[in-house]
Amino acid sequence: MWVVLFLLGCYHGINPAMGWLFAVALGLQERSTRAVAAAIVPIAIGHIASVAVVVSVALTAAGTFPQPAVRVIAALLLVGFGVYRLVRARHPRWLGMRVGFGGLVLWGFLMASAHGAGLMLLPFVLPASPMAMDASMPMPLAAHGVSAGVEMGVLIVCVHSLGYLLVTTVVAFLVYRRFGLKLLRTAWFNIDLVWAVVLIAAGLIALAT
Amino acid sequence: MLMMPDPTFYPSAKLAMQAPPERLAYVALLNPKADGRDALAVVDVDTASGTYGSVTGRLDMPNAGDELHHFGWNACSAALCPYAPHPHIERRYLIVPGLRSSRIHIIDTKPDPAQPRIVRVIEPQDLVNRTGYTRPHTTHCGPDDIYMSALGSANGDGPGGIFVMDHYTFDVLGRWEVDRGPQFFAYDFWWHLGYDVMVSSEWGTPNMIEAGLDPNLLLQGKYGHQLHFWDLRRRKHLQSVDLGAEQQMVLELRPSHDPTKAYGFVGVVISLKDLSSSVWVWHREGGTWKVRKVIEIPAEPAEPEQLPEMLKSFSAVPPLVTDIDLSLDDRFLYVSAWGTGEMRQYDVSDPFSPRLVGSVRIGGIAKSTPHPKQPSTPRTGGPQMVEVSRDGHRVYFTNSLYRAWDDQFYHRGLSSWMVKLDVDPNGGIAFDPTFFVEFDGHRAHQVRLQGGDASSDSYCYP
Repeated sequence: MWVVLFLLGCYHGINPAMGWLFAVALGLQERSTRAVAAAIVPIAIGHIASVAVVVSVALTAAGTFPQPAVRVIAALLLVGFGVYRLVRARHPRWLGMRVGFGGLVLWGFLMASAHGAGLMLLPFVLPASPMAMDASMPMPLAAHGVSAGVEMGVLIVCVHSLGYLLVTTVVAFLVYRRFGLKLLRTAWFNIDLVWAVVLIAAGLIALAT
Repeated sequence: MLMMPDPTFYPSAKLAMQAPPERLAYVALLNPKADGRDALAVVDVDTASGTYGSVTGRLDMPNAGDELHHFGWNACSAALCPYAPHPHIERRYLIVPGLRSSRIHIIDTKPDPAQPRIVRVIEPQDLVNRTGYTRPHTTHCGPDDIYMSALGSANGDGPGGIFVMDHYTFDVLGRWEVDRGPQFFAYDFWWHLGYDVMVSSEWGTPNMIEAGLDPNLLLQGKYGHQLHFWDLRRRKHLQSVDLGAEQQMVLELRPSHDPTKAYGFVGVVISLKDLSSSVWVWHREGGTWKVRKVIEIPAEPAEPEQLPEMLKSFSAVPPLVTDIDLSLDDRFLYVSAWGTGEMRQYDVSDPFSPRLVGSVRIGGIAKSTPHPKQPSTPRTGGPQMVEVSRDGHRVYFTNSLYRAWDDQFYHRGLSSWMVKLDVDPNGGIAFDPTFFVEFDGHRAHQVRLQGGDASSDSYCYP
């Protein structure tokens, strides 16, 4: 599971719409490598926050409601969101290049949320919730379960973020320093389309397990 | 929806200059007959083709009286912008507004680019209902939407402004401005994407132009003479810059294609002081926008009998600079002097001190200079809408301005043509003597090149 979460983080990181491209653009605008790094930090905070919100909501739900119901709802959510993104690909409006730290955090958060970055993790997060691991746990231990859930949630977000941050940063610097903008024309496959398919697949996995 | 980015999208203007040469040009054709329908012509510009330099296709509009003028693409290189990336959209549809009818045509250039088809028509009432605007003019494909300027309101008065259209559905979304400040007149607009700044210019309201240029309004300095700077993200007016009331009609805007640069060029049609035309540079200095005149083209003396009524008493032809265009490397600025019949090329490597490096003459109110293909046939009209190829090697232009104004200034009639120049990479322009296209009674206005040109795309990367 941890490997999958890490790889999903890498997959998020490689998507130009998840941050590295914006960081490269700001670096080019300022003509400074430091500007690339300075942009990645807030975008990553936004992305991680978005994922953290979804993961914590899911874990809380898993600790409150019956497991199978939560899993079915998550699965339907994933499939529905994937289909929506497949038929109605949209992008944000009224944004610009002149954005500060706060603006980039917000952008990272919105882009991750709109792409369903956190949702994508759910099939791997839900089975890991302490409730699921020990459904036979007697009631008095519920309090222990909650704190274990928090620990687990933090760990999940950290592993995912590690993969995301690693890939975003490496790609941003490789494009900025080595490959240049030409890469955008030749290497930017329609990752959003693949993304939507992955969301649907993740939903189906969650249903099956 | 494509699997790879549209091959005509380039992250930067520098990379777009490596694009292959265009093979087709689309040309807006006005039908000067009152009940005639306008058309979109397809011109073969592929030098290797057997039909090079001829009209190979024509798409008639469904209604009469549109006055096709400017047009643009549904999507362009701005789709690569990092904050709203969607590069798998296709550059496929031409957005073709009727300047007089306020009807907007969506024209599909696929599957056969030489046989475009109308796929949707947005009726004038729909545009007014959704935006309050009429007389749509300039269209630009933006990072997030299609943006279009409009000259006026439903009753032909002001204010004019900008509205937006969705680039997937072509629905008109509404007016763009949240706070227009003192802006009233509209005409052209473009932007500095690296600074989130839009620039707009001023012609006049529909009521001030549709019956022809009004000499009384002109002499009183009543046509537009300001530039407006806007916050592109917040859709708010930031600053007006007045070029002076004697600088009448501030038209075409050509910002630097490099998004890290904050300057651009704008042409002024006529100075009330001496009938000259001028080109100004706008630039940012300490957070505010300033303008400076960098080119002045004087009026040329002429015999009164050669001149239309309006100009007889001056014994001079005003240059009437009505279009300018900037090559993608921001190096050469092309300036159309429609009145005197001259196309000038300036080296603007230093935008504040342009050097005149090339000039050709054709037509002109007094001179009627012939084209080299038929050196003994005098030509009417003058250089007007000018378009530069992405690699900067070729320049195309046509000779019609605006129906009512054509008839005023070229009072003996205007027969339309399109010509091509070859550009010396070190500066200098010359006619391609084999390229001279005529339009069978129609009048040609804007030219758009297949795959993009020097005024169709904007870039988020330097």
